[in-house]
Amino acid sequence: MSVAGSIYLAYLNGYLPRWVTVLDRGVADVFPFPVRRLELHLDLHGAFSPDRKQYHATLLLAGLLRHLPEPESKILGVTAVDLFAPVLTFVFGQSQLDGAGAVISTYRLRQEYYGLRDDEGLLIDRAVKEAVHELGHAFGLVHCPDFECVMRASSSIEEVDLKRSTFCPACLTELEASTAWR
Amino acid sequence: MSKRKILIVDDELSVRQSLQEWFLEDGFDVETAEDGAVALRKMDAGPYDIILLDLKMPGMDGITVQKRIRDVDKDACIIILTAYASVETAVEALKLGAFDYVTKPVDPDDLSNLVKNALRQRELSEENVRLKEKVSELAQATPIIGESPKMQRVFELIRTVAETDSTVVIRGESGTGKELIARAIHAQSKRRFFPIVAVNAGSIPETLLESELFGHEKGAFTGAQYRRKGKIELAHGGTLFLDEIGDITGKMQIDLLRVLETKRFTRLGGNQEIASDFRLVCATHKNLEQLVQSGDFREDLYYRINVFSIEIPPLRERTQDIQPLARHFIAAYARAMGKPVRSLSPEALQLLEGYRWPGNVRELENAIERAMVIGKGTTIEPEDLPLRAGPGENQVSDRSLADMERVHIERVLEELDGNITQAAKVLGIDRATLYNKLKRYGIRR
Repeated sequence: MSVAGSIYLAYLNGYLPRWVTVLDRGVADVFPFPVRRLELHLDLHGAFSPDRKQYHATLLLAGLLRHLPEPESKILGVTAVDLFAPVLTFVFGQSQLDGAGAVISTYRLRQEYYGLRDDEGLLIDRAVKEAVHELGHAFGLVHCPDFECVMRASSSIEEVDLKRSTFCPACLTELEASTAWR
Repeated sequence: MSKRKILIVDDELSVRQSLQEWFLEDGFDVETAEDGAVALRKMDAGPYDIILLDLKMPGMDGITVQKRIRDVDKDACIIILTAYASVETAVEALKLGAFDYVTKPVDPDDLSNLVKNALRQRELSEENVRLKEKVSELAQATPIIGESPKMQRVFELIRTVAETDSTVVIRGESGTGKELIARAIHAQSKRRFFPIVAVNAGSIPETLLESELFGHEKGAFTGAQYRRKGKIELAHGGTLFLDEIGDITGKMQIDLLRVLETKRFTRLGGNQEIASDFRLVCATHKNLEQLVQSGDFREDLYYRINVFSIEIPPLRERTQDIQPLARHFIAAYARAMGKPVRSLSPEALQLLEGYRWPGNVRELENAIERAMVIGKGTTIEPEDLPLRAGPGENQVSDRSLADMERVHIERVLEELDGNITQAAKVLGIDRATLYNKLKRYGIRR
């Protein structure tokens, strides 16, 4: 496990919602590392699947990692495009377990996707949870059985809404014990 | 708790990688295999909790791999991955015992629920095995005490026959513990999770025995106010222990033979045939061969039941079992009666070992129980026992010379574990004479 320096939140390909500062702060509130913002432009053509009209999360993540500013840091890509993994219909995000990078998509975090009225507050809440969740994986945490812990696996939006944006005591202890945390 | 293990078998690298990442984040110990051969090699290292198996793979197809996996681990929990085009094959896989199937690409929520359900089933299955082991421990029959070579041989026969589904005839004098042996056979058999149902044919009149065994429908006879299941029906899956089979009448012999041949029967007053899968263990204190010769027992039934025979020696032929049996009964009755009796005095033991025990172990148990009631101290003395060194079986002076000779030959043979040459030497006679005496006294080695 590498020694962490900063956490970079990389907003991809011009996606810079007006609430970025809230997301930055939400991540900074949970992880005791400097959170820095990046705006990156990645060539996503190779990651796009015309059949599925979605982007291959693993390929996107591989592209993102080439922009890691420092070896000891973590980078989280934030995108508005719909992500998939080959065997799954979609993913909210993807991470390198105990690695340097992760990516989240806000595509399916929006209420409009489910035919409901736009709710920016809920979208921000969900985005913070997914960002913290995927970064948690990058710090080596696996899914947690605690329903309210941010590391609880969520394969539907309802499950995202059920959990909090913070770690349960067990996950926090594990995180603090990791080399990267010290 | 150790990590759950999952094996992903798919020829597509991207599928393997994305599922691997998914399950690693879920805390699984993940292995991948690009084809069936690699999967089977990985299974050599031990079982997996879940196996995700692609149906369409070059080389060995998923159905074949599934069969081979089942050969290695019959309890493997297999989830089939398939494209829409091969749903029919997935159905075939389900018929072969796969837990479920998912079509690619799979909704994460569906995959998550499927894996949770599969794990839950796995846990229930493991719990089932643990509980069965526990039940198995609890279902052990009452321990049978016997240190003598003859009883050790009986135990060996029980172990041998228990694993089979053969009909067993237990022979022995009254009170030798034939039902205990039947229960031991049942407890060690694969039918132990089902009941053993005992019927004593010798103590029930023929008309009642018929109803007892086959059951009856409402109104089948006067007094049959309700439908009642018979013992054969109740023994379904388990063992039917039919004690004193040598006492059943000719008609019952025919009926029983028919059930044993077809495993089907009809309740009295009914016309619906009922199937019952049971194993028959029967017992008798009579000489079945003589009964067949005299025409009192059907020869066809005799051959049907006499597949495996276990002879329990009478207590007088295994005097070395008397002390451990007595100790066992003393401990049991001390607990039941709350009495501080702990042992037998050497004189009391001598008295017990010198007695002929016509009522065998049951008589010994009754004698100990009575002594425990009468006795005052912590040790059973001769005067506490309902046997007296006066007129009785244990007094040598009452016995004929032939009887003394028979008992002596039996004891010598038992001590020498049935070795004729050595016994003849100890008895001071030649082997031919010993053989003649064995024949005359009906002594079995």
